[in-house]
Amino acid sequence: MAHPSDNYLTHTRGIKSWLLTLDHKRIGIMYLVTILGAFLLAGIFALLIRTELLTPGQTIVTADTYNRLFTLHGAIMIFLFVIPGIPSALGNFVLPLQLGAKDVAFPRLNLFSYYLFVFGAALMVLSIIVGGVDTGWTFYTPYSTDKARAGVIPVLTGVFLLGFSSIFTGLNFIVSIHKLRAPGMGWFRMPLFLWGLYATAIMQILATPVLGITLLLLIVERVLGVGIFDPGLGGDPVLFQHFFWFYSHPAVYIMVLPAMGVISELVSVHSHKHIFSYKMIAWSSVAIAVFSFFVWGHHMFVSGQSAMANMIFSALTFSVAIPTAVKVFNWLATMFRGAITLTTPMCYAVAFLSLFAIGGLTGMFLGSLATNVHVTDTYFVVAHFHFTMVPVGVAFIGGLYHWWPKITGRMYSEKWGRIGCAVFVAGFYVTFVTQFIMGTHGMPRRSYHYLPEFTALHQMSSAGALAMATGLFIAAGTFIHSLVKGLPAAANPWGGASFEWQCPSPPPHDNFTETPPAGDPYDMSDWEYHPEIRGYVRKT
Amino acid sequence: MSREDPRVPHHFESAEQQTESARLGMWVFLATEILLFGGLFCAYSVYRANHPDVFYYGTQFLDKHLGALNTMVLICSSFTMAWAVRCAQLGERRALMVLLSMTLLCAALFLGVKAIEYRQKWKHGLLWARKFRAEALERSPTKAGATWAETASAKTTMAAPDGQPTSGPAASNPLTTGTKALAATAAFEDRTSIPPAGTAPAGVVSGKKSSAAKPSERTPPENVQVFFSIYFLLTGLHGLHVIAGMLAIGWILRRARRGEFSSGNFLAVDLVGLYWHLVDIIWIYLFPLLYLIH
Repeated sequence: MAHPSDNYLTHTRGIKSWLLTLDHKRIGIMYLVTILGAFLLAGIFALLIRTELLTPGQTIVTADTYNRLFTLHGAIMIFLFVIPGIPSALGNFVLPLQLGAKDVAFPRLNLFSYYLFVFGAALMVLSIIVGGVDTGWTFYTPYSTDKARAGVIPVLTGVFLLGFSSIFTGLNFIVSIHKLRAPGMGWFRMPLFLWGLYATAIMQILATPVLGITLLLLIVERVLGVGIFDPGLGGDPVLFQHFFWFYSHPAVYIMVLPAMGVISELVSVHSHKHIFSYKMIAWSSVAIAVFSFFVWGHHMFVSGQSAMANMIFSALTFSVAIPTAVKVFNWLATMFRGAITLTTPMCYAVAFLSLFAIGGLTGMFLGSLATNVHVTDTYFVVAHFHFTMVPVGVAFIGGLYHWWPKITGRMYSEKWGRIGCAVFVAGFYVTFVTQFIMGTHGMPRRSYHYLPEFTALHQMSSAGALAMATGLFIAAGTFIHSLVKGLPAAANPWGGASFEWQCPSPPPHDNFTETPPAGDPYDMSDWEYHPEIRGYVRKT
Repeated sequence: MSREDPRVPHHFESAEQQTESARLGMWVFLATEILLFGGLFCAYSVYRANHPDVFYYGTQFLDKHLGALNTMVLICSSFTMAWAVRCAQLGERRALMVLLSMTLLCAALFLGVKAIEYRQKWKHGLLWARKFRAEALERSPTKAGATWAETASAKTTMAAPDGQPTSGPAASNPLTTGTKALAATAAFEDRTSIPPAGTAPAGVVSGKKSSAAKPSERTPPENVQVFFSIYFLLTGLHGLHVIAGMLAIGWILRRARRGEFSSGNFLAVDLVGLYWHLVDIIWIYLFPLLYLIH
């Protein structure tokens, strides 16, 4: 580091220095840009879906196009935004910083997984051009083995590559956390975001290969006809559901655990209070990771699996509520009597808590057999799913605001950040609470047509979706404004005590000239606010 | 080694930290590989549990001798690989190169034997479900198959002169309704015909077995083509891993020729060795699971 203004953004110049970079910070930013592009695309599909549903019957698109829209909305949101969002974009940037390391353990592998990701994403988007896939994001057989459906193979290949990208990122994170912790940083001195990422990485390692082989089998089934899933050749289509959910149930925690890690950071730092019961939060991440492998059957209560299997899966499903609730109560206890500043990240953290509580509790409704059978494949499931997945997006945006000063070296408009959050969350409630009501009244999912009595509720839901989009555009506006006109950010604008706040904003190429001494990452009493630099400085 | 060692990337404190990280990374990667195969092993277990007769029957058409030969070949290659790692540790370049070449040779031999097996299957139409030719079951592609064919024709009249299955005395036994099933399997060749509902498989967790009968080696059971699908999937995926392993061994052989390894720097040999042992050990499971079913 020759000059104080030398940071990772200015260290080397030129497009090639970005595309071939081995710097985890730049790779994180490349992920961020790619993922936000996918988010925009999938968001546009969502708005098209909601526009189509303004009236019963055909509004703007045909039934077939509608099927493709919801498939692509789901597949792109899940595989290109929610799964990689926090680990690959924010995690890549923040993990080595929080470890006090100079990079992840395998920088080349990191770049390789980014290009796998880009290639996989491109293949998925290509399928839109080829003709669209309408199997639903779950690729259930026999829809997906039906030869008449074009474009299934590129999407499957895309997801297969994305899976391996995710596996390699997880592998990198596991090894980094094991081997690159700063001297003196024991396991229980890591920021909780790292625990979230660690538990996620374990699941990526254990579950994603199973998705890989499942998709591979599906591709081979389509190309060669091996008769593993195709009942016409002696295969078993339900086996696909088992395989798929063996990955995809843990996958929802692959999505949620990093979000929970982010929330642990946001809640503690912006309440200026030590996290309540660190070890319980850390272990509950691991507990969720373990439990999540034994509950996949709750997606298949009506698939014809035995009543005994249903009961066991139902009972196990309830067990996931325990570590989840442990986390929620610990966050509330952290906020209790803290010096809460309602910064934009904190607003998003509170929004996460409120949305995820509803998402989690309706998960319990769905985990109980009788209710589940009643509302299977209705909008109730759709609403529950969005009440659990959108909070992940909320945590992602909150985390982006939280680390934005570190990433870009600039502050954003708190006022407009808060307004964007409020509009988004209000819109979300309108969109999906109406869907809970419709679901309990029997509105089936994945249908472009509906009975006229649902019209008012559907239109309310669509209006809410528009508000969500508005909120997101306001948030995007704050980020763009910050890049152009934002005030320079201090090294530690929030008063956090973890390592990433102890290097300049933006960080230099090597992150730390000297690794800072490892201490309690949540002991923020040493830091005091200096208004002239709009940031915190360690007390001398 | 000191921090100043130029071979150690900037983000590692020491070569030791780098070695430890790389080894951990490799072990984690091997775990994902096992899980990748795990999906297929799981499919194998589910179908074998639900349709044991298919597996008892199908296994006779695999050549145990060639399978055993390949097992020997791979065990030898694991031995030469382990020895190669030891030579790398001791910095014996010549021995390292010879042993790596021998490992490559074993791998090539394995693929050659596998190719012979695949060719036999291809010739007889004992292929995955869509390509499967049911009349292949009446021939005797392997020794085991021959025994079956002889005994079968001695005991029952399974096949009429025109090759069409007819009901022999065995069909009167309600537990061995194989001839009917054979007709049904024959229909699969023509993908336009939809199989009778009775041949559709039971749900995975429904606990219903396709046949309560004691598995028979004599009569072709329903859906016997699934056995060959699983055979080709498992051995095919394994074969791809053998090829990947050969590429990796070729890469370190090239590096060894350039003298890049020394007793202080043999990490790559070590990691490729780990990978190769995984490829071998998967075969050690595949061989009994596919060839030695009783």
